[in-house]
Amino acid sequence: MRQYILRRLLIAVPSLLGISLVLFTVLALAPGDPFSDLATNPNVPPEVGLALRAKFGLDDPIYLRYFHWLAAMAHGDWGFSFVSRVNVDTLILQRLPTTLYVIGSAQLIALLIAIPVGVYAATRPYSIFDQIANTFAFIGFSLPTFFTGILFILIFSIKLDWLPFVYSTDLNGTGLARLGEQIRQAIMPVMVLALFQAASMTRFVRSAMLDVIRLDYVTTARAKGLGQRRVIVTHVMRNAMIPVVTLIALQIPAVFGGAIVTEQIFRIPGIGSLLISSILSNDTPVVMAVTFVFACLVVFFNLIADVLYGWLDPRISLR
Amino acid sequence: MAGLTLASPSAERRSYSPRREMWRRYRRHKLAVVSAVLLFILVTAVVFGPFLWRVSINDIDFNATLQGPSLAHPFGTDDLGQDLLARMIYGGRISLAVGLAAMMVSVIVGTLVGALAGMSRGALGHGLMWLTDLFLSLPQLPLLLLLIYLFRDGLKAAFGPEGGIFILIVLVIGGLRWMPVARLVRAQFLSLREKEFVEAARALGASPLRQVVRHILPNALGPVIIAGTIDVAAAIIAESTLSFLGLGFPPDTPTWGRLLFDAKDYLDISAHWALFPGAAIFIAVVAINFIGDGLRDALDARRVI
Repeated sequence: MRQYILRRLLIAVPSLLGISLVLFTVLALAPGDPFSDLATNPNVPPEVGLALRAKFGLDDPIYLRYFHWLAAMAHGDWGFSFVSRVNVDTLILQRLPTTLYVIGSAQLIALLIAIPVGVYAATRPYSIFDQIANTFAFIGFSLPTFFTGILFILIFSIKLDWLPFVYSTDLNGTGLARLGEQIRQAIMPVMVLALFQAASMTRFVRSAMLDVIRLDYVTTARAKGLGQRRVIVTHVMRNAMIPVVTLIALQIPAVFGGAIVTEQIFRIPGIGSLLISSILSNDTPVVMAVTFVFACLVVFFNLIADVLYGWLDPRISLR
Repeated sequence: MAGLTLASPSAERRSYSPRREMWRRYRRHKLAVVSAVLLFILVTAVVFGPFLWRVSINDIDFNATLQGPSLAHPFGTDDLGQDLLARMIYGGRISLAVGLAAMMVSVIVGTLVGALAGMSRGALGHGLMWLTDLFLSLPQLPLLLLLIYLFRDGLKAAFGPEGGIFILIVLVIGGLRWMPVARLVRAQFLSLREKEFVEAARALGASPLRQVVRHILPNALGPVIIAGTIDVAAAIIAESTLSFLGLGFPPDTPTWGRLLFDAKDYLDISAHWALFPGAAIFIAVVAINFIGDGLRDALDARRVI
């Protein structure tokens, strides 16, 4: 198992390099350069502009620039935000926990909805429950997150006045009251993401369960006299979860996309809203760094999925 | 060979033409039929709407701001008193056009990559599949935002504000969604290229290109059509998301997502402004997804229903 995890880690390195190459190519192909303002600014003498260009290596051949950029990223030297006047890495580290907290709880709730519903629907295929669950799942992943968010605000904040629709970091109060407030303001953003995820996960779980439930070893387990619950939970589910993990891993980029939208709607101070605000204010170092962080997170969660995969199916880690 | 033996009498009775058989299978999916009708109505309304509803999309009327639905303005008005029905018809044209065009891009790129990877037996195939997997693990929305951020101004200067953004959005959305198609096409090609009819074509001296275009591709098309249908819905969502974040089409172009973006600050006083475009996006997407589901029933010959 340890060897398997190590091997997976080594495989993640080329894909990170590939992603960094894609990002760098995009940046290098883009018209204009970060110092174009200096050239037109009359207060900056041209030789200062040229010296700056030389210092940042903008006139080097492109592969050298890529290696410089990569080395700087690896050293944690991510540049300086033009707008907030702090280092990019401090800015991102401030905001990353909020994003992870929202995404993590949304994924957890999505799993808590999708696994029971999917499993129950698969044990009774084409029943009324199955059909209703299927239709809801379809509607769920056809509803874009920004529209669900707006609907939630309309219903729960404006009409019913139950929940706040702006997420705030400096809550007053202490102890339990503060914790309650913290949870209350996270309900809507987390549910928007969780329902969207749960919809597609339910379909994955159902179809994976249906594939396994017809296999001979399940009939054998039943013939041995095991109860329905035992057969489903220990015999069918463990095998059915293997493809589900893969499919969920493939969904991870979409989760981050949804997180950007929900952070924007509910004004959550996470890295998604940081990305949008720095795009709107042309803050290139932050834009690049946040995109790279998103890419790293995707690779990291894929790695976790791989490890889970090896745990669910020991044959994989032996190969 | 199988084709020489006569089909059994029972099988003969149930034989339909392929097209009728497809329609029979599609019809069984009730929601897919309803969705096809809904989508047809939506497309007709968006295409022919401006000829019937002759209100301009940017007539400002400060006497009628933020009004709810009425006879003069069936969908109400926005904060400048502009007619929302007219704006939604205009926006629908853009949203649907972006969806279709981005689907074409992703299907063409995906089919090309998948076909190349499926036909080559060497390093090229492995390389292309590595590239596909790499693209699958890219964070799509951040990358989409980054690309639009970097290339927006250049294309705006070259093709005008609306044309430039249209080309950019279509290329970027299509360019980030071709991977599932490529995987499907490759899988189909790997099994089809070993089939007897392809071998027969090869034995008759058909060039690789002819084998692909005349023999393999037509048989691999079913899953591609299904994936393409669902891609239209995904592209509509992607475009609306960009507009909703304020980074899609220019502010005076009322796409559905843009209308939602403008409406979100007025939710408490005029909910209709957000509800109509949101419902339009939802109906278009859910209808297309159900049609894709119905097509899966209709085109997947292995499934018996």
